[in-house]
Amino acid sequence: MSIISLIIKREFIAKVRNKSFVVMTFLSPLLFVAIAGFIGYLSSMKADTKRIAIHDETGFFANDFVKQNKKEGEFKYLNLSEIDTKSLKDSITKENFSGLIIIPKTTNLKELESKVEFISNNSPSIVFIENTQDVIASKITKINLEKAKLDTTAIQKAQANVNIHLAKSSGEESLKGLNEIKIGIGGAFGYLIMMFIIIYGNMVMRSVIEEKTNRIIEIIISSVKPFQLMIGKIIGTSLAGLLQFTIWAVIGLSLMFAASAFFGVNVGPTARISPELMQAAQQEFSGTAQMYIAELWNLPIASILVGFIVYFIGGYFLYSSFYAAIGAAVDNQTDSQQFLLPIIMPLILSVYIGFFTVVNDPHGTVAVVFSMIPLTSPIVMLMRLPFGVPWWQIAISVSLLFATFFLVVWFAAKIYRVGILMYGKKPTWKELYKWLKY
Amino acid sequence: MSNLLEVHKVVKQYGDYVALNEVSLNVPKGSIYGLLGPNGAGKTSLIRIINQITLPDSGEIILDGEKLQPKHVQTIGYLPEERGLYTSMKVGEQCLYLAQMKGLSKAEAKIQLEYWFERLGIQGWWNKKIQELSKGMAQKIQFVVCVLHKPKLLIFDEPFSGFDPVNANVIKDEILALKEQGATIIFSTHRMESVEELCDHITLIHKSNKLIEGKLSDVKRQFKTNSFEVGILTNNVEGLMYDITQKFTVSPANFKSLNDDLKLNIQIGDATPNELLHLLTQRGQVTHFVEKIPSVNDIFIQTVTENKN
Repeated sequence: MSIISLIIKREFIAKVRNKSFVVMTFLSPLLFVAIAGFIGYLSSMKADTKRIAIHDETGFFANDFVKQNKKEGEFKYLNLSEIDTKSLKDSITKENFSGLIIIPKTTNLKELESKVEFISNNSPSIVFIENTQDVIASKITKINLEKAKLDTTAIQKAQANVNIHLAKSSGEESLKGLNEIKIGIGGAFGYLIMMFIIIYGNMVMRSVIEEKTNRIIEIIISSVKPFQLMIGKIIGTSLAGLLQFTIWAVIGLSLMFAASAFFGVNVGPTARISPELMQAAQQEFSGTAQMYIAELWNLPIASILVGFIVYFIGGYFLYSSFYAAIGAAVDNQTDSQQFLLPIIMPLILSVYIGFFTVVNDPHGTVAVVFSMIPLTSPIVMLMRLPFGVPWWQIAISVSLLFATFFLVVWFAAKIYRVGILMYGKKPTWKELYKWLKY
Repeated sequence: MSNLLEVHKVVKQYGDYVALNEVSLNVPKGSIYGLLGPNGAGKTSLIRIINQITLPDSGEIILDGEKLQPKHVQTIGYLPEERGLYTSMKVGEQCLYLAQMKGLSKAEAKIQLEYWFERLGIQGWWNKKIQELSKGMAQKIQFVVCVLHKPKLLIFDEPFSGFDPVNANVIKDEILALKEQGATIIFSTHRMESVEELCDHITLIHKSNKLIEGKLSDVKRQFKTNSFEVGILTNNVEGLMYDITQKFTVSPANFKSLNDDLKLNIQIGDATPNELLHLLTQRGQVTHFVEKIPSVNDIFIQTVTENKN
């Protein structure tokens, strides 16, 4: 057996046998479900209804507010126009009501637009203010229209409601909502890569530190080259990680199917696997749903999957070499913080760029540039892929990623080689640079 | 081929710091070679270069007639001073893993392990984790891992640290047995009494330079001062002192003896011991007459203090 595969095997077994690995693998899906259930329960709970008093001296608006009580909402409006404002204000301070809307009597409605008051002890939410303004404004508009003797029903008929249909130049029709699916898929893959890098990169680092603190390192590298040890460690840990992710995927999917069977919900788009189910789905869903499914099939699925694998490998190896070098440079985990920050930053940056810039403009300059830079490309490019990326951009991005990967592995191996035999004081950036020349 | 290992003018620098300055060594086949030197002299740097953990900046190393190359890690067994094992791995698995890294097949490694475990009386440890063992027990495992692949060259860096006297003796006997079987042993330690006991060649490295090298007896001969410790019973102390101070340099000596004798250190210079003895016997009864042979400890301290700057 070659030495690297021996190391891979040991690292893999050591990780998988670890109690925390077993616990994490089987407990975290349960934990995830529990948290999701808890959040769902919380959001299904009704918020406390807040009582809002309305003092409407004009008599035009109070009913429009009270009408909203029929809809289940956070607010209950009470028309208290007969009671004078002073005692109403008192009851606000006594907290009988959460708020008071005062609509004063004015000579004309134009003047009223800036005279409405809202009194409360706590500042109201933006949604509430907007709703209140909307109710009053639309009522005033309606009254104005009536005053002008305009036929409101005719106006309503005249109002247009535009619904743009999106289509590609190739003539296929596409759906507006599909962008969200694309973002969802790209985002999920990008996020997965980030999580994997952080969790398993850290694991590589811990394992390097462990060998240092155990002082077994000198025994090992008298038999193997430090580079072999580093690569074996990175691959072994990633295999353990892949196993964990596979188990999670299997548990997740089976839980999903179990849940759908239990609640009698059709699994929906996931049922697209077989043509028979496709048929069933076509009959069952409306035309829109059919189009969604068809569009999903039209996504560059192959290139997304291949891209995921390529960027996953490239990104993970790039970052774990950094992690390995850091592990070699320090004696314990607390010392690693100062070196970890510059590694976490590009990861976080790429997720932000992905969720803000790529979503708005998948082919804009920022998105394109960051999908080329090797440290951010694994995440940013993956999020762009569902929107269709020209092949030359992918080619540049992948070759840059792998070129950097080889460069970083080479540097990391140098730091690793020197660092694993250094004990005692915490090294500085300057010393790390010096190690490169040893 | 009389030398198993030859080191030719090896230089190693860390930044501006010179760890080894053109150091050359010859380690004869089948010898126990003491590698001595104060802390920070460059011993570990040299050992790491021989183990190919680090590469020399210049110079050449010949092992068994061949230039040192990666395949040679399988012919070297190394017990580093800073040593440890995977604490959460079982003893047996760990030994198998480390043995396979040295090129043994799994089956072969198992046979060797069983032999050594039995020899050191640790058969019951196979399924124990290192964290369950005491330090001395773990050291025994490390010793086994080091010798398991029957290396031609063994490098022990402070092999006795962490052992109680009984186990230290067990390990010492094993080292001697390995020598009998033809292994060559490089032995680095600060414990001079074990150098005295085990080594037949020594070298002394100080401040990155080699200062002494040779057969232990030759080195001692080189360092001897031609002094004799003398005990004599005489009635005429003044007459005796007059006689010998004419010819030799004399100083009072201090050694244990049953007699109430006069104890002297006498440096004879170019004269023969017989001349001194002849003179002494004329003046009284000689009870003690020993040539003063410098100990390794004396040689070490003397050389290091002489070369302070």
